[in-house]
Amino acid sequence: MLITQLKQKEAIESLVQGKTLILNCHGCKEVHFPEEEAVELQKELSANGDVTAIVTTDYICNPDHLALQLKKHMDTISAGDTVLVFSCGVGVQTAAKYLEDKKVFSACDTYPLPGFQGVTPLEFDCGQCGECYLNYTGGICPITACSKSLVNGQCGGSKNGKCEVDKDMDCGWELIYRKLEKQKKLDTLNYPTKIRNYGNPDAE
Amino acid sequence: MRITELFQRGEFVVTAEVGPPKGFHIEHLIEEANTFLKDKVHAINVTDNQSSVMRLGSLATCKVLQEQGLTSIFQLTCRDRNRIALQSDVLSAALLGIENLLLLTGDYTTLGDNPQAKPVFDLDSVSLLHMVKKLEQGEDLAGNPLVGEPPKFAKGAVVSPCSDSVDVQLAKMEAKVKAGAEYFQTQAVYEPEKFIRFMEKAKQFGVPVQLGIVIPKNAGMAKYMNANVAGISVPQDMIEELQKDKEKTKAGITGVEISARIIRECKDYCQGVHIMALGWESKVPDILAQAGM
Ligand code: SF4
Ligand code: SF4
Repeated sequence: MLITQLKQKEAIESLVQGKTLILNCHGCKEVHFPEEEAVELQKELSANGDVTAIVTTDYICNPDHLALQLKKHMDTISAGDTVLVFSCGVGVQTAAKYLEDKKVFSACDTYPLPGFQGVTPLEFDCGQCGECYLNYTGGICPITACSKSLVNGQCGGSKNGKCEVDKDMDCGWELIYRKLEKQKKLDTLNYPTKIRNYGNPDAE
Repeated sequence: MRITELFQRGEFVVTAEVGPPKGFHIEHLIEEANTFLKDKVHAINVTDNQSSVMRLGSLATCKVLQEQGLTSIFQLTCRDRNRIALQSDVLSAALLGIENLLLLTGDYTTLGDNPQAKPVFDLDSVSLLHMVKKLEQGEDLAGNPLVGEPPKFAKGAVVSPCSDSVDVQLAKMEAKVKAGAEYFQTQAVYEPEKFIRFMEKAKQFGVPVQLGIVIPKNAGMAKYMNANVAGISVPQDMIEELQKDKEKTKAGITGVEISARIIRECKDYCQGVHIMALGWESKVPDILAQAGM
């Protein structure tokens, strides 16, 4: 089971950058999602007029299903700047991949709870680190896409875009950099040194 | 002596690298260092279980070199130690009079000779630099105060100037500078034009860079590195040069000539050179002489 928790209110507010569509996922019964708090907060976020729509759906971690669910909202999304996702890390990554040239941000942190892992697709993986980094890394998870789970950039081991650990695996940091480069968002990487918190009693 | 003082004085800083043996007898290493490196280089790097192959410790080897009157550079990776052990080892280094650090992420465990080991990577090269900076400010990574005067080091880092993703490497270099890196040693360079282009961009950070040299021992090694080692590509004409006169290459003469030539072509663009001899320490004096050092 996963627990998805809202990030700090100020942090979420700073993610509403320009015209923003909010995407909620209430799919898995295996994921605990703070529905009421989210509704409250989203009401407040809507107050200043930047929120163009609030879409609540399920199983956004399934790429085909997500595409179908977003079909009638694509015009709104295209005309806007940002998609703010309230879901587990897998859902955010799936949305970030599908909406490749939009800013896709995560409003939640994802923690594990022992037991059944929920319905997760094959392509993306969330390590349930409890301090979601997707907003710094173009929606690509550095914990699971990088063999060393590096959070401050590429190591010296990447060759031809592949990881030193496995020549068949893309280097996660190469993907992160190229995506942000394409979006002209490389300045996102200028964040202060990140240090992971393994002392968080909930994080994996 | 901190090697940052040399850079500040405008010296062209020359360092070499030794790898501790797989065992605790280091007479041979000391003899080579005394014979071929003493008075030829400013300081000697000691690798930290390089390529994830288990060996004698870097810290102890540094201490032994210091006792011989040599200046050492303690290489420290994040592969095998969590932040408690890393901080503790850095304090131990200060106690032992070791003032130069080279801080790296480290190769992945499965690349070495104990592939079953747990990969740690609690920190990475950037947060490791940040950690040392905090110790220098008198507190540990969690903010707890240190007792007594804080340690002071020359904090080094690495970068790959000939990487196929040099822009990603430059972004990482910038993060390292911000986290406290005071000098850089580079991955092996075989393409001076690429290095010079890299330095054009790297000079904006205002941090000294030492050109990295790995002596090419033969064509097989060059081809192996091209296929397997990140950030290295040996041009075809250099491989042919190594193939041309097999006896000369075997005697190390070709490798020395190539290394010296690369240094000559690059030295005006950087602040020092770092020679990784990989067992050919005896060739270091010739390389430096031919390079006009
Ligand atoms: S950074 Fe990765 S592991 Fe951490 S919560 Fe986000 S998706 Fe999950
Ligand atoms: S090569 Fe890339 S994916 Fe592999 S450990 Fe290094 S940064 Fe991570």
